[in-house]
Amino acid sequence: MFSLLRSLWGVFLHAFHKRVTIQYPEEKAVLAPRYRGRIVLSRDPDGGERCVACNLCAVVCPTDCISLQATEDEHGRRFPEWFRINFSRCIFCGFCEEACPTYAIQLTPDFEMGEFYRKNLVYEKEDLMISGPGKYPDYNFWRVAGVAIGGKAKGEAEREAAPTDLHSLLP
Amino acid sequence: MSALYPLLIIAVVLGIVLNLAGGLIWVERRLLALWQDRYGPNRVGPFGLGQVVADSVKLFTKEDWIPPFADKPVFVLAPAVVVATSLLAFAVIPFAAGFVIADLSVGILFLLAASSLGVYSVVLAGWSSNNKYALLGGLRATAQMLSYEVFMGLSLMGVVIMAGSFRLGDIVEAQRHMWYVVPQFAGFVMFLIAGVAETRRLPFDLAESESELIAGFHSEYSGMKFGMFFVGEYIGVILISAMLTLCYFGGWLGPVLPGPVWFGLKTMAFICLFILFRAALPRPRFDQLMSWGWKVLLPLALLNLLVTGAAVLLLR
Repeated sequence: MFSLLRSLWGVFLHAFHKRVTIQYPEEKAVLAPRYRGRIVLSRDPDGGERCVACNLCAVVCPTDCISLQATEDEHGRRFPEWFRINFSRCIFCGFCEEACPTYAIQLTPDFEMGEFYRKNLVYEKEDLMISGPGKYPDYNFWRVAGVAIGGKAKGEAEREAAPTDLHSLLP
Repeated sequence: MSALYPLLIIAVVLGIVLNLAGGLIWVERRLLALWQDRYGPNRVGPFGLGQVVADSVKLFTKEDWIPPFADKPVFVLAPAVVVATSLLAFAVIPFAAGFVIADLSVGILFLLAASSLGVYSVVLAGWSSNNKYALLGGLRATAQMLSYEVFMGLSLMGVVIMAGSFRLGDIVEAQRHMWYVVPQFAGFVMFLIAGVAETRRLPFDLAESESELIAGFHSEYSGMKFGMFFVGEYIGVILISAMLTLCYFGGWLGPVLPGPVWFGLKTMAFICLFILFRAALPRPRFDQLMSWGWKVLLPLALLNLLVTGAAVLLLR
């Protein structure tokens, strides 16, 4: 009986406590820097596309909401011809970001994507591309990768030794 | 003019009670939110008051579905019964001196009878739904009513003995020097507990108990029929609060302010207490509820009646 009265009193005292509700449209919630929201495709520090259209994000996606078509430019550099994310299916799990070998696909702290028509939730490549490098400002996949493309031969990447001459006997 | 006066009172009472019952939806949600450090509905209109209108529009426009396996006439009748009986009880509630629809000399008995008729609504709803959860809810309501009705009446008898009248107006007038909550404190506590059980509000909402019985007796109800149960429940809360005010807290008596204002303030305070019960207290198990009613509260009510009777006889 005493515990009932005590809990009644304790609950009553909550009338004078501060309310924890964030009045959303007027007050914005503070989101963590690594919040998993709207997905973007980022660019190199020199402005080129990071995505190499390896399809790993599309493969790992549990809801199959990512689809893309790979193509190559004249230097042999791969990039997506089109890249489509259906945000009406996306569950914002962030697996695509983890799978991405080039830091191209990234989740951002933005969730205000409401639409009146479901079709408008299908984002095309031009909707996904951003102009900056996102969370990794200095990373440039093509500068550190060992693959040769037009304008960069084997051994010319950052911290990459020149390739071994297989026809020489010298070490 | 004098023939129209009772009609005027009826219109005023109906207007106040029904509007208050609707408004209590908002009051309850706001108060629960306040005690849970939230805001509650605060978007529609000033302070979210438009929520009442929005809710009623929603209830009226929702599909009013009658299950094909239900006993149709009883199913339709049940929600009307609870509202009708609770409103019937307001016929004898005096809002101020002389401001009463029917000044019956057995007002308290009429109140108890009318408010306990409300259980038929719950039982019939549970039975006619043809659903095992609804039936379980109805059965629980019956058992709970039977056991709490008994000492609800008995705990009020202390007040009747002291006032020497069943008429509610006389009972209030008899409290001019001291509210009956002081000499009849045990009776007040017992009547409060029985009143919460009577209105099937938390912590005694075993007929509804969402966690075990889906929604108990009104599992199969939708639309305005469901809304009628809610309105009936709120009218019941207002009724019990008004009875507590009249029998233990001096009704319309009070300094400075006019009578109806005092009556309204005291009744509102009890309504808030009902909501605080809901915010704070857990629901007891069914056997605990029954053994509390029969083994603790009924003997206490009888003892209270005996002691009050003896004291009144001795002091006479």
